[in-house]
Amino acid sequence: MAEMLKIDNIHKTFNAGTINEKVAINGVSFSLEEGDFVTVIGGNGAGKSTTLNAVAGVWPVDSGKIYIGGDDVTKLSEHRRARYLGRVFQDPMTGTATTMSIEENMAIAARRGKKRRLTWGVTKAERETYRSLLKTLDLGLEDRLTSKVGLLSGGQRQAITLLMASIQKPKLLLLDEHTAALDPKTAAKVLEISDKIIADNHLTAMMVTHNMKDAIVHGNRLIMMHEGKVILNISGEEKKKLTVEDLLHQFEKVSGEEFASDKALLS
Amino acid sequence: MAILMFLDPMALVRSMPGAVAQGLIWGIMALGVYITYRLLDFADLTVDGSLATGGAVAVMLIRNGVNPWVSLLVAFLAGMLAGFVTGLLHTALGIPGILASILTQISLYSINLNIMGRSNQAVSVDKYNLVVSLRYISESAKVRIFATCILFCLAIILLLYWYFGTEQGQAIRATGCNPQMARAQGISTNFHIVIALMLSNGLVGLSGALYAQFQGAADVNIGRGAIVIGLASVIIGEVLFSKLCEGKRFAFAYTLLSVIAGAIIYYIVINVVLWLKLPSDDLKLFSAIVVALFLALPYLKGKYMKKEKKSNG
Ligand SMILES: Nc1ncnc2c1ncn2[C@@H]1O[C@H](COP(=O)(O)OP(=O)(O)OP(=O)(O)O)[C@@H](O)[C@H]1O
Ligand SMILES: [Mg+2]
Repeated sequence: MAEMLKIDNIHKTFNAGTINEKVAINGVSFSLEEGDFVTVIGGNGAGKSTTLNAVAGVWPVDSGKIYIGGDDVTKLSEHRRARYLGRVFQDPMTGTATTMSIEENMAIAARRGKKRRLTWGVTKAERETYRSLLKTLDLGLEDRLTSKVGLLSGGQRQAITLLMASIQKPKLLLLDEHTAALDPKTAAKVLEISDKIIADNHLTAMMVTHNMKDAIVHGNRLIMMHEGKVILNISGEEKKKLTVEDLLHQFEKVSGEEFASDKALLS
Repeated sequence: MAILMFLDPMALVRSMPGAVAQGLIWGIMALGVYITYRLLDFADLTVDGSLATGGAVAVMLIRNGVNPWVSLLVAFLAGMLAGFVTGLLHTALGIPGILASILTQISLYSINLNIMGRSNQAVSVDKYNLVVSLRYISESAKVRIFATCILFCLAIILLLYWYFGTEQGQAIRATGCNPQMARAQGISTNFHIVIALMLSNGLVGLSGALYAQFQGAADVNIGRGAIVIGLASVIIGEVLFSKLCEGKRFAFAYTLLSVIAGAIIYYIVINVVLWLKLPSDDLKLFSAIVVALFLALPYLKGKYMKKEKKSNG
């Protein structure tokens, strides 16, 4: 199996040299094999989003290296790195262009990593592809190809963003608490869609979540972060047998603190 | 009431063809403003400079024996260059958009003076075979000038409709709507900001060149406040026609048409104001108030509706 993602000792400090200086990631290293689906947990401010953003190239890291599918992407800008990545964000507003139609959003995603030319943006043939893809969501969106995305609900948008992230098979799918802004029922539905898309396309994926149960149930690996470091990296049989109590216990043992997030306990 | 006795209704009627022609020509500039203000979400004040640049370039070329049609093309390119500078100041040097555009606008004032050698230059329709001219308006050639203006507007709308439906045009719209999404989809937001600014100012330059021919002169001050007229056209068009455009099959083309219609309505209103013998010195003040009102309208409407909903619920 090939190594799909390799993060090699990355560091990131925000507002360095000011009173707001914040070490957000402090020497993170791990790698993912092709087909790995890792869930990432940790308290507020642990550095989970920062790690995903570092991989996506939202800003350059201070030091360390990032490889995707064997390519060194450390110096690539965000839009150039996009050809490797599918991304879904916490805020349902972030992943789509609201003033554009569903089909236009999907067409833009289908051309991820390609040059934008002067040919028509949505062809007849792809329209049919999008229709059948939307049908698999089972949200009735297949009849609304020309509706503006701004008219859709948060859950519908996240579902479309998931499709958009996978239309062009990405080397890595990044999901940053992409169900956190949804009501529990919708969140469960979107999670189910995520699982299906990841399985159907054999994607390598990273999913940040605050929900320990979700982190245990989904994926074949689990990473726990604390204060900008990876404090737990579980895979294989060990991951399968994991319970919420185990995780809490492990967290206390490794960090020497009680788990900060009540939300995580309750859910 | 007494004042109305001094007003000649026929004078108003006579002024209308001129107003409509002016609206059609400035409507092209308004389309440029629509691209930056609405599609790119970029307050581009380059317009005030690039409009005059278009006029200056066209007039000087024509005076030097260049075909008036060719001068339009060069004016378009000159406008694009102005947009390119604003785009570079913003994307490559990180200067905030509005400030970058003001810097270009100010420097264009000097550049325009240099192009013309002085603050204004005339081109006579008697000496040159101009594309459009005010002089034709009252004569039999009236049909020709309207046909020319209308064809120009329709051709540009058609081209814009096509362009913003292409991959590149969609990338510009995505950049304007949600830059974070655009980058996540591999779109270089910087690149597309620059080309949108170039296209927009190219249209503005073209409009300036047409207007200079129409007036028979180019003037460095012609663009002063042009952005306000552009915004007024966009917003008047939206307020009056957006309900008609929504959900239609060629909605975007209708929206572009409504921008031109907005410009025509703007000039009709201005003509009425002039006809009422209101002092023309106050025209800019009046335009600004009209734009402020129209800009505030959707906001106030939203606020009022929210309150109403709350009190109902
Ligand atoms: N752009 C930024 N500028 C300044 N500080 C930042 C920025 N992004 C993140 N931080 C800081 O870095 C730290 C790590 O943040 P990060 O968003 O990675 O946490 P997280 O693990 O995703 O937390 P949460 O569960 O709350 O989303 C936090 O202290 C945060 O305030
Ligand atoms: Mg986060």
